[in-house]
Amino acid sequence: MSAEATIDQETQAAIDVDRAKGDFHFPENHKYDAGVGLSTDTINYISDVKDDPDWVREFRLKAYDTFLSKPMPTNWATEDLNNIHFDEIRYYLADSQKPMRNWEDVPDEVLETFERLGVPEQERAFLAGVEAQYDSETAYSSVKEELEKDGVIFVNSTEGLKEHEEIFRPWFGKVIPTGDNKFSALNSAVFSGGSFIYIPKGLKVKHPLQAYFRINSENFGQFERTLIIADEGAEVMYMEGCTAPKFETATLHSAVVELVAMKGAKIQYVTVQNWSSNVFNLVTKRGLAHEDAEVRWIDCNIGSRLTMKYPGVVMKGERARGEVISIALANSGQHQDTGAKMIHAANNTSSNVVSKSISVGEGRATYRGQVHIPKHLKGCKNNTECDALMINANSKTDTYPAITVRGNQHVTQHEASVSQVSQEMLFYMQQRGISEAAAMSLAVNGFINDLVSEFPMEYSVELKRLIELEMEGSVG
Amino acid sequence: MTTTTPVWFEESQQRALAEYDALAMPSRKDETWRFGNMKQLNFEGYTPEVSSDLSYNIPELPEGVICMPFEEAVEQHGELVQQYFMRREARLGSAKFTAFHKANVKSGLFVYVPDNVKVEQPIEVSHVISGAKQIAFPHTLIVTGKNAEVSVLDRFASANEVDAGLCIAVNDLIAGDGSKLSYCAIQELNLQSRMIQVNATEVGRDAHASAFTLNTGAQWARNEAISLMTGEGAHSDMLACSIPSGTQQYDQRTYQHHAAPHTNSDLLYKNTLYGTSRTVFSGLILVDEGAHYTDAYQTCRNLMMEDTAESNSMPGLEINADQVKCSHGSTSASISDEEIFYLRARGIAPHQARRLIANGFSIEAVERIGNDRIEELVVEAIDRKFASI
Repeated sequence: MSAEATIDQETQAAIDVDRAKGDFHFPENHKYDAGVGLSTDTINYISDVKDDPDWVREFRLKAYDTFLSKPMPTNWATEDLNNIHFDEIRYYLADSQKPMRNWEDVPDEVLETFERLGVPEQERAFLAGVEAQYDSETAYSSVKEELEKDGVIFVNSTEGLKEHEEIFRPWFGKVIPTGDNKFSALNSAVFSGGSFIYIPKGLKVKHPLQAYFRINSENFGQFERTLIIADEGAEVMYMEGCTAPKFETATLHSAVVELVAMKGAKIQYVTVQNWSSNVFNLVTKRGLAHEDAEVRWIDCNIGSRLTMKYPGVVMKGERARGEVISIALANSGQHQDTGAKMIHAANNTSSNVVSKSISVGEGRATYRGQVHIPKHLKGCKNNTECDALMINANSKTDTYPAITVRGNQHVTQHEASVSQVSQEMLFYMQQRGISEAAAMSLAVNGFINDLVSEFPMEYSVELKRLIELEMEGSVG
Repeated sequence: MTTTTPVWFEESQQRALAEYDALAMPSRKDETWRFGNMKQLNFEGYTPEVSSDLSYNIPELPEGVICMPFEEAVEQHGELVQQYFMRREARLGSAKFTAFHKANVKSGLFVYVPDNVKVEQPIEVSHVISGAKQIAFPHTLIVTGKNAEVSVLDRFASANEVDAGLCIAVNDLIAGDGSKLSYCAIQELNLQSRMIQVNATEVGRDAHASAFTLNTGAQWARNEAISLMTGEGAHSDMLACSIPSGTQQYDQRTYQHHAAPHTNSDLLYKNTLYGTSRTVFSGLILVDEGAHYTDAYQTCRNLMMEDTAESNSMPGLEINADQVKCSHGSTSASISDEEIFYLRARGIAPHQARRLIANGFSIEAVERIGNDRIEELVVEAIDRKFASI
């Protein structure tokens, strides 16, 4: 009991300090901050502030116990995870409470990247954390109106669980149970922000939905929780993140994203992750595909210190399809530990994984995958390809797939290759008057070109530019 | 008989026994035992065998070659054995069992081929495991000098079909610079028995080592194979062919360690699965920092002959160097209807067609051994297995 009391004091102290900070920049809005460290008090505080229904509060508290009981997965994952200090992390800050900084505090390289990518002035301020809000309501309102007319629900998760409990609750925490891993348990305990989307039967949403539209909500939260449900025959594409670097002081991001594709539905989820290189990005993403449904994850990881993300698809209905397309770029000081999880749970299901990684400087890229085809299923297919490109002599790359097949009526194949940009290729281009750096950049873009084209137009253009930027200075 | 076992050997056995007692039993949580069947590690009531039954078929040997039972070599060539005997740690999960082996080893084979000497015919050793609940600890230690050549075949069989035995075998293959070392193990234990085989290969500059394992017997077999390439131009072939049926289980872990630049390794594991059999393959290619211009390949193919079989594959890569060519592939599939149709159209019965294809699938790995006499013996063992299914 006394231990809790001390935490209380510390928490209080932390709140006070930050209020003063917040006051300075945003005097009008600074109500909520759960302080530093995690305890049942922190969770109750979050529940109080968010005015959670009782079932959510219970869910959070139970998840907290699970979080405490789960060990760090360092038996297979990198030891770097031990550098996360859970008691030094701030688990909840209302949007406007985010510590603000001046333009002078924003690192030069971030500013330069904005310049080079052509990020609009107003967005820059938000992305750099100089401004907490970026008002995209005007751009978004016409799209929003149209969606509402069709019966689409597109709100943040807090609103979702309160206003649409009858749709939200049956699927919430069902695709990814709390105890799935230590970080999904952590997210379940302290989640805030993220989106809840429901697409009614038969509706094919023309425009991709973007978290970006609601950038001024809690979308870029540390512990966001997203649930997307596409009803029978519906189709939707959702995009999160953006190519511009997001400058962050928070060091742990742990999101949970659950997708539910009902019979014949199709969900595509596009992520471009470019956190700054001090961030641990530990994300659990999984989709559930019913009969004839399709779930596609298109995932691009460029930023962060350590990313551990293995989007999964559980193919529960016959003829369901799952796909993961993944690009990872690991620069010096970064470890991109990404992959895919394909769980076949019905006959004639098929899955496809294509992963391309690039290691630059001392960067390390890892592919970790799981394909599971249980007993008594027929006609399941899996194709896995992972290619790694290594730019410098001290770059690192690893591949650890695990494939379980039971029965003789399935086809699986896994292939991986590791290669370099050959001297001949560079020489060929240099001979034609292209500088070595430009040649290298061209070769790298060529390596991932077929995957980049899977991204929506504006993303693919920015992605290419970003990769050119990252490649700079890697040769010569 | 007077024993003149050297002091260093007795001491190393005592240390190994202490190590065995100190080490924890592996658990499923260990990455090296993922998908493993821990129930098979219950050796309660098993005791080290009192005497071992080995027969040697040794061809005419050129001068200078040492080839004798392991226990005699310990007495007569103590310094040589000491220099090479189990000097690498077991990194693939069986450290406890290799310590157990070290503490109890008393039979096996020692071969030393001096520089520039070639042994043309293979040296053959036949191990017959007998007695119920007895553990055999055979050790094969092969050392080749510069530009030397030798090939060795170990055959493991049970004395009868009823006694449940356990065989914990360890091989050290040390291929000196420019030498050629070929090793083959044929495992045909009875269906009551279990086998742990740990293989450690070291390949020197411009040397070529090849290790092949055939698994057709035993209720459960665990194979661990490490190949360490220490000198430029080293080449290592790691081959295996397994045909489990009924409830047999094979658990195979491999490690291709490239510690020097311009080295080359090629792994091919082929599994043909019948009945409710189960295989685990976990392989890792590790390219050390500075081991540039490495070529490393790793392929595991599973042919699923029946609906009830299960294969697990974990092909892995860890690359820390530049200018590397590495690839790994793993496939699991069954015989397609087209293939069967092709053979049926030529008047071959479906049952026979399936066997022909399975046979051809296995032979692909056997052909890479590159020694006619050994290949012949392996093919015979494969035929025996197919005939029993």
